[in-house]
Amino acid sequence: MSFINLKEKVVQVKIVYYGPGRCGKTTNLEYINRTFRNQIVSEMVSLKTHGDRTLFFDFLPFNMGKIKGYDIKIQLYTVPGQVKYNATRKLVLRGVDGIVFVADAMAKQREKNIRSLNQLHENLLSYKESIFKIPLVMQYNKIDLKEHGIPILPTEVLQKDLNSRLQVPYFEASAVTGYNVATTLKKIIASTIIAIQKKLF
Amino acid sequence: MNYGIVSQEQIEKIDSILTDKLIKLGVDCVIVIDMAGNIITAKDNSESKYDVYSFAALAAGNFATVDAMAKLVGEEQFSLLFHKGQESSIHFSKIDEELLLISMFGQEISLGFLRLNVVDAIEQIKRLWNKS
Repeated sequence: MSFINLKEKVVQVKIVYYGPGRCGKTTNLEYINRTFRNQIVSEMVSLKTHGDRTLFFDFLPFNMGKIKGYDIKIQLYTVPGQVKYNATRKLVLRGVDGIVFVADAMAKQREKNIRSLNQLHENLLSYKESIFKIPLVMQYNKIDLKEHGIPILPTEVLQKDLNSRLQVPYFEASAVTGYNVATTLKKIIASTIIAIQKKLF
Repeated sequence: MNYGIVSQEQIEKIDSILTDKLIKLGVDCVIVIDMAGNIITAKDNSESKYDVYSFAALAAGNFATVDAMAKLVGEEQFSLLFHKGQESSIHFSKIDEELLLISMFGQEISLGFLRLNVVDAIEQIKRLWNKS
């Protein structure tokens, strides 16, 4: 649920990057943090373990400027991807407005992507949200690995696995190089804002 | 009740409750957030500057974690939380299922006095919220 303050004319929108462990959710946020420094007022918050794995979440507030006189504040979150942290993943999803599902395009991660997406579906149900209704964008990450000879799932396979029923916008991306990171972000912001506008007016 | 949108009038009333009950008492900063980590309103004594957006995200996470721990030990909830520091401390109190009141304060305020005022402020905010 986005939060709208009519006094200060501020809209707060919560976007969560979701996906299996080591798929690149935090890397997406780190790239955004580096590239859009002038739109980011504070430091990125990362709650991680000593091994640099996300323990609770990453948080990055992002100023998008004004729409119809309202200041749009985008709050980007990631969830911890490791299987054992589902309780915390659920907590982060509370009040979510839009989701980027980051899938790992490495061939050996195929099953993990599907499992993670199924769990997202279940977790959303626990908040009475539907994966079929919430603004969602698919990102097929790590396509740069193809050049290094690492087996990558073709986009058609990922589409069939993850997006055949959802039919949401999708992007091939490389969070490490930044390829399509901004495109993904723009798309989810646009879908989310449109959904909020529809709900309100 | 409508949590998605708060009118100017509601915010102004909540702000004046927070100022009367807590800022005047000497609290550095008071924030009302929802459990998703959004800020409903924030008031400070105009000397302390905190990054309230990051704070709200972390506080919501913190409270949710403690809530989950409460359930594990068979408690319905831990309705308040208190973190004590050398110079400043933080007090969290649940307003209702969706809202949380957070006060940041220094050594000069006693915890008991703060708690009395927090309870008062919460009562007033609840009354105001239920009216709308």
